[in-house]
Amino acid sequence: MDLSNSLLSLENIHMSFRRVDVLKGIDLTINRGEVVALVGDNGAGKSTIIKVMTGVHHPTKGKVYIKGEHVNMRSVQDSRTRGVETVYQERALADQQEIWRNVFAGREIRNRLGFMDVKRQRAEAAQLLRERMGFTSRAITTDSEVAGLSGGEKQGVAIARALFFEADLIILDEPTMGLSLKETDKVLKFVRNIREQGKSAILIDHNILHVYSVADRFVILDRGKIAGQFTKDQISREQLIDIMVDLHQTGQIKTH
Amino acid sequence: MDSSMHNPAATPEKSGLSVAMARNPIDVAITVIAMLLFGMYLIGAPEVYLHFDIYRSFMSTLPYMGLLALGATFIVTLGEIDLSFPSVMGVAAWVFATVFTMTGSIPISFLACIGTGMICGALNGLLITRIGVPSIVATIGTMFLWRGLVNVLAQGKGIPLVEMRDSVFYDVLVGRLFGQIPMQFVWFCLIAILMIAIYKRHVFGSHVLFVGDNKSSAQMMGIRVYRTRMTCYILMGAMSGLSAVFLLSEVTYFWPTTGDGFLLPALAAVFIGGTSVFGGRGSMYGTFVGILIIGSLEAGIVAMGVQGFYTQLIYGLTITVAVSIYALVMKK
Repeated sequence: MDLSNSLLSLENIHMSFRRVDVLKGIDLTINRGEVVALVGDNGAGKSTIIKVMTGVHHPTKGKVYIKGEHVNMRSVQDSRTRGVETVYQERALADQQEIWRNVFAGREIRNRLGFMDVKRQRAEAAQLLRERMGFTSRAITTDSEVAGLSGGEKQGVAIARALFFEADLIILDEPTMGLSLKETDKVLKFVRNIREQGKSAILIDHNILHVYSVADRFVILDRGKIAGQFTKDQISREQLIDIMVDLHQTGQIKTH
Repeated sequence: MDSSMHNPAATPEKSGLSVAMARNPIDVAITVIAMLLFGMYLIGAPEVYLHFDIYRSFMSTLPYMGLLALGATFIVTLGEIDLSFPSVMGVAAWVFATVFTMTGSIPISFLACIGTGMICGALNGLLITRIGVPSIVATIGTMFLWRGLVNVLAQGKGIPLVEMRDSVFYDVLVGRLFGQIPMQFVWFCLIAILMIAIYKRHVFGSHVLFVGDNKSSAQMMGIRVYRTRMTCYILMGAMSGLSAVFLLSEVTYFWPTTGDGFLLPALAAVFIGGTSVFGGRGSMYGTFVGILIIGSLEAGIVAMGVQGFYTQLIYGLTITVAVSIYALVMKK
């Protein structure tokens, strides 16, 4: 397997919970600068794959490679130190704290006595949001509390946070769930920002309309197996939808 | 092309008083309330409030409750509570008096006293974070436990500490600066400034705010939740010990009920200062002003010639009005 451009690879991953096979031999590579969408019905194994990638679950069988190196992860911290960050919609930020505090939480710029360089954190957070994430609203400053942000903006801050700390791969679990159309657009814009900066992202989303516009590649999961993979130039949005409908109805992918 | 990418309006990082005020509406509110109260005292009893005596009296009596309130602010910010600190203060005070009687050394007694406070605080913390007893329940238990321990250890008897007055350290702790300003107030102010800085600008203060706001988010962000909570309880214990040192030095006597009566004023100072009982939001500066208000209210009311039995009514009115203002400010 050529691993030179690969950021994260799964090799023949199996995962069972109490003899129930949830993942049955997954081979998947995420390349640098690529946005990959994981699509599939509930129970297809999308979130289990994510949990294996981030060290939450240890696979029953198979190997995980990050940047070409075989890793044996036991916790989220293990994946984080290797540049893999997960952004959960609900648990990403602390609501009553200022944006700058959230961006730097747990990784503050501090002096030897532990006092933070508040001025620099404010300035860096402002620059980050403005220049890298395209936050332009006058109403939002780095001193705004997170509670005042919309769902999409919160996702944006969480993504900015991951980018700032040089995550190479950002995993977004259902980032547009429960968001309005306008908010969804914002989040998708943030995802495009990730790629523009040469970083990779994995999107898990039920809504193919959402993922089609931002993803470079679609990985279709079905009952613990990869049923098919398509790059964007191989397939139109309508074809992708047809495939998903067929898969749902017949349990297999028709070749077009 | 997104034309809004180059928007200069999002840039200005203004500084100055107006911005600081807008950032901290509750700090502004508490300051105004304090100024109104002291204005009222001045108008109501100018013969008392234009002289230094009353302020000297405040300065010598405020710090004990004040140090406790500073420590309690961190615990309330966690969204937790400590009801046992007056009893911890009692245990630490007994250790101070006993060690001083044995050694005659203020520095050794001082360290033993602070150390005892920290151990009691750590035990509170273990009970809450490790065994998992809710803080209010755990500290109701330890409140009786520590006080019971003092009663047993002291056998109900007081310990005179008059010999402290011969030591230079006595003057360092509770002497009178320039013959006027009680040293315990100077120390209290220095510690308050340090705590204010820690609360908003130190990593520890920031982590306390995050843990109090949302434990699971804090954990996800890599904040060590357990360590942060333990530190708060140990710090509360250290503050209780420190408070005991100053109180015993001022009165040069230990009695088994040392610390009793500080619980509600100290917590009132925290809440009047704008720290939320739900955690994740608060102000150490607010607590500091709250201490000045709570500590001066009774004397202030009496000096204005209001009959003594009105004091609690006015006391209660002030607290109720203040916390109502905060609730309204926060709802906005």
